[in-house]
Amino acid sequence: MSPGILGKKIGMTQVFRPDGQVVPVTLLKAGPCAVVQRKTPATDGYDAVQLGLLEFVKPKRINKPATGHLKKAGTEGAKFLKEFRLDKGYPSQGDLKAGDQVLVSDFKVKDKVDVIGVSKGRGFAGVVKRHKFGGGEDSHGSMHHRAPGSIGASSFPSRVVPGMRMGGHMGNEQVTVRNLEIIDVDTEDNVLVVKGAVPGPNGSYVVVRRAKR
Amino acid sequence: MQNALLMKYIEKNRRTDLPTTLRTGDTIKVHVKIKEGDKERLQAFEGVMIARNNSGLGESITVRKISFGHGVERIFPLNGKMIDHIDLVRTGRARRAKLYYLRGLKGKAARLKERT
Repeated sequence: MSPGILGKKIGMTQVFRPDGQVVPVTLLKAGPCAVVQRKTPATDGYDAVQLGLLEFVKPKRINKPATGHLKKAGTEGAKFLKEFRLDKGYPSQGDLKAGDQVLVSDFKVKDKVDVIGVSKGRGFAGVVKRHKFGGGEDSHGSMHHRAPGSIGASSFPSRVVPGMRMGGHMGNEQVTVRNLEIIDVDTEDNVLVVKGAVPGPNGSYVVVRRAKR
Repeated sequence: MQNALLMKYIEKNRRTDLPTTLRTGDTIKVHVKIKEGDKERLQAFEGVMIARNNSGLGESITVRKISFGHGVERIFPLNGKMIDHIDLVRTGRARRAKLYYLRGLKGKAARLKERT
């Protein structure tokens, strides 16, 4: 049993549960993955598996050191590699060896997973979008629309306190969504259907990890 | 929605037992499952289909009827399990996709010609 799997976000839709309830779902193309490297406390100082998402990649898109790294495990065509720790909080899953395949069939309906992805970049976002400030009134002579307002007092403390919420770069950062329920597993097309939303645009890489808690 | 895998998943989960030829303007009879305690019975809702909304698994239809002088509309999800079956009562010729203008009409003015 693998501690997780790598995949790509396909898109969202909704499905009906047997009791008639509507569930929003995200489809993930998960796997097939290969174990590229098995890290052990003896050689690497910690216990982990490195997975690579097997997909069509032009050979020249993978540089020679990476090709050699994949070759050691007898695999090729993987540019998205991630490690999963096996020691911290995970039960011993030492049955994985380099070269082994990890498929969606490892996951069952009703399992809980965490999904890690990179959120959509919003560029330089103002304070209303970035920190959910209310903003000011649009009309009635208001001259305060989407501005942040006061950011502190004057002669004391004579500076802006650290951590003051202001405009700045938003999105394009790693986001983890915890405890998403698996609604469906399609072993034929390697599709994993999880409940709820997943960070990032369609087609972006995601890491699916068995829920930590 | 152009992704082939997404479309495939939607096709797989879509209900196929309902008539596919329904068009806005048609008069239809929707048989809805109603749970009373632990028993289930069917209730019919007959009226004009005035709109078809969304695509994919969230697809729904809006049915309008006049009940004791009051206009009543119900929205039915087409892929849910609450609909038992749908009967086509009468076809209707509509020149637009959403017949919301019927809400402002009543009696003879709110009729639609049969589709030929």
